[in-house]
Amino acid sequence: MRVVSPRHLPISPPEESFVNKRSLVSALRWSCAGLAVFLGGCNLEVLSPKGDVGMQEKSLLLITTGLMLLVVIPVIVLILLFAWRYRASNTKATYAPKWSHSTAIEAVVWTIPCIIIAVLATITWTSTHALDPYKPLASKAKPITIQAVAMDWKWLFIYPDYGVASVNELAMPTNVPVHFEITSDSVMNAFFIPQLGSQIYAMAGMDTQLNLIANEPGHYAGLSSNYSGQGFSDMHFTAIATSQQGFADWINKAKASAVNLDDQAYHALAQPSEKVPVAYYANVKPGMFNSVINQYMGDMSMSRLGTPSPAQASAIPSHNDHAKAAE
Amino acid sequence: MFGKLSLSAIPFNEPIIMGTLLMVSLAGALLLGWVTYQRKWGYLWSEWFTTVDHKRIGVMYIIMALLMLLRGFADAIMMRSQQAIASADAAGYLPPHHYDQIFTAHGDIMIFFMAMPFITGLMNLVVPLQIGARDVAYPFLNSLSYWLTAGGVVLIMLSMFIGDFAATGWLAYPPLSELKFSPTVGVDYYIWALQLSGLGTTLSGINFIVTILRMRTPGMTLMKMPVFTWTALVTNILIVAAFPVLTVSLALLAADRYLDMHFFTNELGGNAMLYVNLIWIWGHPEVYILVLPCFGAYSEIIATFSGKPLFGYKSMVYATAGIGVLSFIVWLHHFFTMGSGADVNAFFGISTMIISIPTGAKIFNWLFTMYRGRIRFTVPVLWTVGFMVTFVIGGMTGVMLAVPGADFVLHNSVFLIAHFHNVIIGGVVFGCLAAMNYWFPKAFGFKLEERFGRYSFWCWLVGFWLAFAPLYILGFKGMTRRMNHYANPDWQPFLVVALIGAVVIMAGIGFTLLQLVVSVRNRAQNRDLTGDPWGARTLEWSTSSPPPFYNFAVLPKVEELDQFWADKEHKRAYPRHAHYADIHMPRNTGVGVFMGAFGTVLGFAMVWHIWWLAVAGLVGMLASFIVRAYDTDVDYYVPGAEVEKIERARLVPLHKLIENVDPASAGQKVA
Repeated sequence: MRVVSPRHLPISPPEESFVNKRSLVSALRWSCAGLAVFLGGCNLEVLSPKGDVGMQEKSLLLITTGLMLLVVIPVIVLILLFAWRYRASNTKATYAPKWSHSTAIEAVVWTIPCIIIAVLATITWTSTHALDPYKPLASKAKPITIQAVAMDWKWLFIYPDYGVASVNELAMPTNVPVHFEITSDSVMNAFFIPQLGSQIYAMAGMDTQLNLIANEPGHYAGLSSNYSGQGFSDMHFTAIATSQQGFADWINKAKASAVNLDDQAYHALAQPSEKVPVAYYANVKPGMFNSVINQYMGDMSMSRLGTPSPAQASAIPSHNDHAKAAE
Repeated sequence: MFGKLSLSAIPFNEPIIMGTLLMVSLAGALLLGWVTYQRKWGYLWSEWFTTVDHKRIGVMYIIMALLMLLRGFADAIMMRSQQAIASADAAGYLPPHHYDQIFTAHGDIMIFFMAMPFITGLMNLVVPLQIGARDVAYPFLNSLSYWLTAGGVVLIMLSMFIGDFAATGWLAYPPLSELKFSPTVGVDYYIWALQLSGLGTTLSGINFIVTILRMRTPGMTLMKMPVFTWTALVTNILIVAAFPVLTVSLALLAADRYLDMHFFTNELGGNAMLYVNLIWIWGHPEVYILVLPCFGAYSEIIATFSGKPLFGYKSMVYATAGIGVLSFIVWLHHFFTMGSGADVNAFFGISTMIISIPTGAKIFNWLFTMYRGRIRFTVPVLWTVGFMVTFVIGGMTGVMLAVPGADFVLHNSVFLIAHFHNVIIGGVVFGCLAAMNYWFPKAFGFKLEERFGRYSFWCWLVGFWLAFAPLYILGFKGMTRRMNHYANPDWQPFLVVALIGAVVIMAGIGFTLLQLVVSVRNRAQNRDLTGDPWGARTLEWSTSSPPPFYNFAVLPKVEELDQFWADKEHKRAYPRHAHYADIHMPRNTGVGVFMGAFGTVLGFAMVWHIWWLAVAGLVGMLASFIVRAYDTDVDYYVPGAEVEKIERARLVPLHKLIENVDPASAGQKVA
């Protein structure tokens, strides 16, 4: 059973990965393997990742769990053993009614957790840097950019390089890093495709970034993992990982759409709605994503980022509109 | 005249809520009628509602906690059954608007109105007795804290029937909780219920810090304090440091909602993540506020029933204090996915896992307390051993979540739900029930019946694992929290098992209630005349059960850690004194009740924008306080002769009972 396999990581060279201590890996292999067998019985999406980021995170999960089980299992056994052995009815067991201190035992019980945590802390430091969602993935392929906007209650995906957009479905070529820029039109959400790895928050007025890659073609479930109100439960989407050709076909399908994503279309889409079917937009207005982020900045952004066109100024809801709506 | 309030605020069209209203009204009417019929109002008022006796306030807190456990659990089982049927996008029986309020209310009620009152109740009941004090430092303030918390309970319960409750999740993250996205009164109920109870909690935190630091009996240095009192001290320091942050966060949110300010809005430079940071700066210490006193209770229990002193008392104290300090530098692990840099995430991840070092040391210390002991498997010990086994798993999953890279795939999933229920049920609920079984005889003078206590334990333990092991697995299947329905039918079998687990837990709660009823009915058989039914070690067991209202006729002198144990060994445990001095005691007062009631009116009026009523509530509160401030008749002296009479009535038969009885088994033989 190959649970942790740095060889299998096509993108990150081994020295970049946090899993660079092979001896540690082999020492932990047995406990990890046991866990993997147990959990492998049912199909666990997070533990069967289809992309490199997810693979690394899976390894990280198994390694940390294995390390902790080194202490947790003996402790549980000892608890049950001591509780049984020193039960009151067992008068054969030693009874030391005054004994309450042992420097040696104290030293051991503080040292063991310290060692485990020292190892875990090292792994945490390196893995957190290796898996920083903002860090571009090392790859020969040129990354594509997808801008994700969380709306009440659907996802809008903008492909700035291709000028198209889609709702509740995104496509990506396999083995090509995808750079996500994420924001929200209204309340907070989180962008998450469990089988590809990391999630990150979508927050209005701010953009977050996430770099993912799909190494196997397939349809993967994506969702908002941060509760956002009434229609939250239906705020899921499909992430299609496909070949270069399949991706090109998908882009062409979007380009063929009769609907353009201009300010008016955006405003209509941004109205709260639930169970929104998949839709495609051709001709996304350039700078759309930035104007979504800046919509709440009012006059402050206007001066800094240049005066918007009159159409944009009227179509993009400003602070004053919201104040009126709230009244 | 009535602000936003009108008859349409009552959700007549929701059969579930109306049914609940009917049942609650019926039960309430029956209870009130029964009290009236029994002519007990005067007794309840003068002996309980107006009491400033820490023991009675403690009991009232725990009754409140048990009642709110029922409410919170009703929410839980509704959520579990909704998720068990709402597969493949089936609608289930709870529409999102109702379901969203339920999971919000479940979290808030369980934390603020179940766990907090339970903990505060236990500290009230036990701490003054453990340190040989006659009451807390500020008895009136204690009563006020209770009634403010009760005001919070009233508001949150009212929200079910008049208007609605927040549908935002238990911490009411903006911008969702802002007026624009939550225009109804739900979030306002949330704000005012939590502000009232939070004020009560802060005041009681101050009260207990002063009590523990200033009112210990002669000779009890800090390092001779019982370990439960130590954990209470650290918890109350955490309360005083953390709860003002909650108060400020909620006040700023209220300013956004009431005064059109923009602290956390999307517009005009507001930033929701400021709130998220603030609320977790309170929220993470909060979980240690809850669990530390439970650690203290487990420590007392395991030492008592192993017939040994606690192993490693000093390292236990340092571990507790260390956890208290560390709890303030880990808050960001609740949102690694905010997009902060790797250095920041790694810092908070590592600081989080460092907490597992003192926690691990505590587990080992309990382990070595059992080592070479003579463990009596009473109900409190079952809870303690069940806790130890369950909690280490919860600790392990907690460290998994503390690794940012792993959290990126587990955050907000039902794995997280399973983790914090693992530590809160396994740590706090088990601890509270263990403590209730352990200290009940001290409060009432008879033990709780064992059999139903054991049934309750096994149901809770099995039910917990049935309910939450599937959620651990579902977390790996990519299921996120707070879903009203879901498309993936693969999840359903796990959620059905989780529902079964919840039903088993329900049986556990039922057995606890049955245990209480049966124990009260059979109290004559379980009566304890010694005051020390378990053969325990600390001072609270040296006085009678229930203790006299002045706790100790003569303040005990402390020279050792387990003073009462040493006294029993040297056969000087129940001294008879030739002379008893007069005892200075505080008088009961109804001002706490009035201030709590006016506070509730203030909160309700603020929720509905009934400004004149809000002013009336505020003026009422202030006026009650001023009246109290000018009341000079707040204390009295119990004459020494009366004390002597009470003490003699206890000690003369007691000395006959305990002659020539070995201290370790005194409790068992005498009881």
